[in-house]
Amino acid sequence: MIKRIKIKNHLGLHARAAAKIVELGNRYRSTLFLRKGGQEVDGSSILSILSLSCPKGSEIEVNVEGEDERLFMDALEELFSQKFGEPK
Amino acid sequence: MTEYQSGTIRKLSGIAVSPGIIIGKAHLVDRKTVKILYQYLIGEEQVKAEVARFENALETTERQLTRVKNGMADLVKEHAFIIESHLMILKDSMLTGSTIRRIDEEKINAEWALKKSLEEIRGIFRQIEDEYISTRITDVENVADRILRNLAGEDSDGIGEINERVIIVAHDLSPADTSELNIEKVMGFITDAGGRTSHTGIIAQALEIPAIVGLESATDAVQEGDLLIVDGNSGDVVINPDDSEIIHYQERQLGYEEYKSSIARISHLPAVTSDGHRINVSANVEFLEEVAAIKEHGGEGIGLYRTEILYLRSRKLPSEQELFENYREVAEIMAPACVTIRTLDLGGDKIAGSFELMNEANPALGMRAIRFCLKEPAIFKTQLKAILRASIYGQVQILFPMISGLRELLDAKELLDQAKRELEREKVDFDDRIRIGIMIEVPSAVTMADVLAAHVDFFSIGTNDLIQYALASDRINEHVAYMFEPFHPAILRMIKQVVMATKEAGIGLSICGEMAGDPLCIFILVALGIEDLSLNSRSIPLIKKIVRSLSRKEAEKDLENIFRLKTADEVRGYMMAKMQSIVPELEEKGYLGG
Repeated sequence: MIKRIKIKNHLGLHARAAAKIVELGNRYRSTLFLRKGGQEVDGSSILSILSLSCPKGSEIEVNVEGEDERLFMDALEELFSQKFGEPK
Repeated sequence: MTEYQSGTIRKLSGIAVSPGIIIGKAHLVDRKTVKILYQYLIGEEQVKAEVARFENALETTERQLTRVKNGMADLVKEHAFIIESHLMILKDSMLTGSTIRRIDEEKINAEWALKKSLEEIRGIFRQIEDEYISTRITDVENVADRILRNLAGEDSDGIGEINERVIIVAHDLSPADTSELNIEKVMGFITDAGGRTSHTGIIAQALEIPAIVGLESATDAVQEGDLLIVDGNSGDVVINPDDSEIIHYQERQLGYEEYKSSIARISHLPAVTSDGHRINVSANVEFLEEVAAIKEHGGEGIGLYRTEILYLRSRKLPSEQELFENYREVAEIMAPACVTIRTLDLGGDKIAGSFELMNEANPALGMRAIRFCLKEPAIFKTQLKAILRASIYGQVQILFPMISGLRELLDAKELLDQAKRELEREKVDFDDRIRIGIMIEVPSAVTMADVLAAHVDFFSIGTNDLIQYALASDRINEHVAYMFEPFHPAILRMIKQVVMATKEAGIGLSICGEMAGDPLCIFILVALGIEDLSLNSRSIPLIKKIVRSLSRKEAEKDLENIFRLKTADEVRGYMMAKMQSIVPELEEKGYLGG
């Protein structure tokens, strides 16, 4: 399944946020790919996510495929909306 | 500065930046990248073994990083995230997955394959516009470095994995290196690079262990496991000492400890010269945690509260409330004694965590301190409001850093007024008559001292930066660190000029640079009539002790002689002789080394 998610946290997809995505992904069987501006990257690679360069306000396409894709997607959306636990 | 004996170097001498004498084993920390990188092709049948060798190195690296993470001292726990991200990079398909693929497909050895993968990632990161992210490549390089070391079979583990008490020997230590340290295991530091005010010294002083920097060839002369004597009072290092040397230094060590406790016992008494002039001795403080110890050391206030740490601790800017709570706590602990809060002094040799985006060729002369604050008035006002709010909880004064002329001072004061008006509108209490001061650390401020004095309540001379800017000598550059010299007659004349201006205007003057804590400098400062000193709190007992041994009247008489001297060496020699005659035990205990 594919969803578009907006990046709301102040720092964008920085190392800490990218690390949290990778960490989350380790808990699910489904695969994760992130896409922005024609570039698609492996969501299990912190370096790939960083290379996508997503500042605050940018929108990315999140593609989750696999048996637990719904659960994974929900958790991901939660993570993005919680701004990766970044303090306000 | 080395002494050759039977072909090998046995003694080194450098700049003592943190006192104490220790005898212990050397542990070399080689941060230079593994340079020799063999590249060779492998046969089809070797692929499996080569991949296994690489995976082995990965496992070792993972073990090391995990150990570093778990063994981190509380003091540096906040850096654990860095290690976590390193662990993640270690498992990243872009780095290690592609390396394995290269070994397999291109039939090349692991080192070569890893280097190629690293190059590829470098290429990708170079194109990232976000400078914060693109500089994260250094994390990848760090991890790759570690893997390479493990591939080479070097078990010279990272700096965090020491399991016996050792003396760290390094070319230089960055704040990141020291954050990786297992602090309980470190007896002292010696480094090739660095000057009197380098980061290593600050850390060592905080840990109360000796450190010597600027030894130039320590990493060449010292072998892993060598027995070392490190005399952080004199700046001497003895490599593999003989019995008589060990006995000699053990005696010095004992004498030093005894003397230290003897002056500590009377540190709570005021520092009054023999002819009745009281000198206020306050502390320079960086961490809230240090504040409690100030009174213990006999400190009579905080002459310099550095405020950068809250801005460096996290990637986001601290809120007004967060800053206020911090300042309020300091004000309350110290009350009724005075706390001088210096506004944000980011830039220069400091790490600009929140503002990494600025990449300047010459940061010491760049967008820093008050310049940065005036450019970012919102950030500045947030801090000013926090200070103002804290001002009713004790005796607080504001200190603006790096003022170079009247325009900047007036602009800063204007923003302070705006901050006050905003608080009034918000109906928040503050001390409207809060005292305002400026740091005198840019040579132009010395020249303009009489003009600036009319607009503030006090001056504080930051001798470190003043010396650096006046003598055009970068204090952390090992090649010119020798030029960083408080006794340069030019510096003394500048201080004198500032003293005159403050006397004329009837405003306060404090000295808050290293000079205020240097036993050799106190004589001149007292002679010039300076009554406020602010220094590293552990040096307070010693400085108070020295003040008590001086007579200001006698010292004043000597000024003429001192100002007649023409070079730093002459002044240093003169002051050395002076202190040897006034407080002879200082030399004996090693306080006049350095």
